[in-house]
Amino acid sequence: MRLASTADEEMFARAVRALLERRCTPQDVRAGFARKRWEELAEIGVTGLLVPEEHGGLGLGAGALVAVAEEAGRACAPEPVVEAAVAATLLAEVDEDGRAAEWLRALAAGTAVPAVRLTGPGAAPVAHATHADFLLVADGDRLYGRSAADAGVSAARGVDLGRGLGHVDMSMLLDGPLAVRQERAVSRAARLGTVGAAADLLGAVRAMLDLTVSHARQRHQFGRPIGSYQAVKHQLADVLIAVEFAQPVVLRAAFSHDHDLPSAGRDAAMAKVFASDAADLAGRSCLQVHGAIGYTEECDLALWLRRVWALSAAWGDAAHHRAVVAADLLGPAPAPPCP
Amino acid sequence: MLAQVTDLIFSATEEDFRREIRDWLARHVPRQALPSMDTPDGFAAHQRWERQLYDARWAVASWPVEYGGRDASLIEWLIFEEEYWRSGAPGRVSQNGIFLFAPAVFAYGTEEQKRRILPPMAAGDEIWVQGWSEPEAGSDLAALRSRAVRDEQRAGWRLTGQKTWSSRGTHGHRMFGLFRTGTRAERHHGLTYFMVDLAADGVTVRPIRQLDGEPGFAEVFLDDVFVPDADVLGEPGQGWRVAMSTTGDERGLSLRSPGRFLAAAERLVRLYRRVSAGEEPGTGTPNAFRDAVVDAWMRAEAYRLYTFRTVTRLGDGKSIGPESSLNKVFWSELDLNLHATAQRLLGPWAEIGGPWLDGYLFSLAGPIYAGTNEIQRNVIAERLLGLPKEPKGMNGEKGVGR
Repeated sequence: MRLASTADEEMFARAVRALLERRCTPQDVRAGFARKRWEELAEIGVTGLLVPEEHGGLGLGAGALVAVAEEAGRACAPEPVVEAAVAATLLAEVDEDGRAAEWLRALAAGTAVPAVRLTGPGAAPVAHATHADFLLVADGDRLYGRSAADAGVSAARGVDLGRGLGHVDMSMLLDGPLAVRQERAVSRAARLGTVGAAADLLGAVRAMLDLTVSHARQRHQFGRPIGSYQAVKHQLADVLIAVEFAQPVVLRAAFSHDHDLPSAGRDAAMAKVFASDAADLAGRSCLQVHGAIGYTEECDLALWLRRVWALSAAWGDAAHHRAVVAADLLGPAPAPPCP
Repeated sequence: MLAQVTDLIFSATEEDFRREIRDWLARHVPRQALPSMDTPDGFAAHQRWERQLYDARWAVASWPVEYGGRDASLIEWLIFEEEYWRSGAPGRVSQNGIFLFAPAVFAYGTEEQKRRILPPMAAGDEIWVQGWSEPEAGSDLAALRSRAVRDEQRAGWRLTGQKTWSSRGTHGHRMFGLFRTGTRAERHHGLTYFMVDLAADGVTVRPIRQLDGEPGFAEVFLDDVFVPDADVLGEPGQGWRVAMSTTGDERGLSLRSPGRFLAAAERLVRLYRRVSAGEEPGTGTPNAFRDAVVDAWMRAEAYRLYTFRTVTRLGDGKSIGPESSLNKVFWSELDLNLHATAQRLLGPWAEIGGPWLDGYLFSLAGPIYAGTNEIQRNVIAERLLGLPKEPKGMNGEKGVGR
């Protein structure tokens, strides 16, 4: 029994953090997606994390993704780190001509940027579509892929400006080079995306908490730091409780995913419930503690607030995933728990 | 360097351990629930149950063999707890001793004290009672006033004062707690950790009936009670440090293992199914509580996973400090959630006495004992997040003068 990231995963996450601390400052985040940063992430292996080794990637699993995604969330990185992992598992399972292999190699090399939408109604916008090179979109049990240039992408104004939200022309996608029935691969990849998004949210929560603690230590009212008042302390303590108890849930979901355990779907759903709830709580509490300055665009907090608003709902919101857990737990044959 | 793997699978040894305790419980857990441990008959019945556990070496599985345990690992202990609560076995009348006091004895006791104190505690022959709170010292424990003065002639101490909310005080045998041997201005530096025989001259115990109507705790009055040096734990004046090794355990890993919450969560899911199917009386709209049931179950799971992560960290040589405050807030709110949800599912039947109502009443105390959740949130904010301390007391003086 060992519930913790591995030493390798932690080492990898530290390298990602070091890179993002240098290359993804709040000022950089404001400038949005940067192809240069995507290439730098590729150099240390982030974009090819789940790309099989024979295609130039690291061939790792969800355990590695959660360690890395948490760093992406912490830095508020606009690059589609989770989507790259999702695209990699999808393409690795597609039994098709050379296109999948070509995209896999380009992912690992950092020469292609993916956008993916596997869940939600068909007309919903696709995150990262405006800066992507290729798109993977699921519709029912079918998976379609096409280069972004041929998918009729039109920008949509999302709350998180860095997310590159875009509408795609489904009719153009249906005519694309990749159109396969991949029900199992799609649902497995959606599960991975759910776990990755949950980890990203936890990183964002920690960043918001750090920002807010430092604000509460510096800001004085009535002659003392506002962070010395219990009304402020207790709100932030609850945020820490939420993120600390969500973390092992996310780690467990990664383990269940990598081992394809019977409970993997329920575990991923549970991870997203905890992460989305923690992020919603963190967003509200951190904004409240910042006061009016937190309500401005110039305050860095705004970057993370927008990220978690978008990401808390993406890949299925807490209510959706609560229903997923309920369907299994209260259904005829609940999956045995892990461990 | 060897890469440590994430491994959420129990080993064959651990699975064997689980089977062994499960089989033993299936053969020994009383079919009929025992009377409340806070009644005279119930207290005796619970003591007999503890003796049965002890004779089979299950009472304190994680203790060394020489004191009645079986040297079980932390994971095995968690497995024991899961199986114990799942089986519907009786509550632990000895828990204040074995979970809250024993860790301090292991850490600070002399060999003589360990040999004298631990086995009868584990066997349920001596039930230990908490002596922390006083009328003027609750959350602010370091404000306590009960005093101990030196008696050189008899090589011991004379204790005078009042303790309150002493769990198991009504029927228990011995009390552990802090008494002031220095001045009040010294706060937590002038305290000493004592063990007091409740049958000694000068001790008066007044039972206090709790919300459930049973005298689960008591006031203990001490009037010049003699305690020999052999019953001081740790050095005189060092009591706060000794006590903190106990309260850390109370809040942290040992008192509230995930097992009891998992068992309650499993029962809650069964209750939901049965009420929904009309097999058990309850609310007419169980579906309205579906999300509450799912949330309570998920939180119990999360608590279990968090505990496995804590055990992993301990195994890696890290220690639990103020993190135990995160634990305490989470489990106490989880317990309340589980039982409040069950009460709502039972609808008009909720007010009828039974295990759920008992559990609900007990869970209401969770956010209060073992350090109120307000204090825990202060600890989390100050020691884990690094927020500034709040100025204390009048005139900004720490506790003095109140």
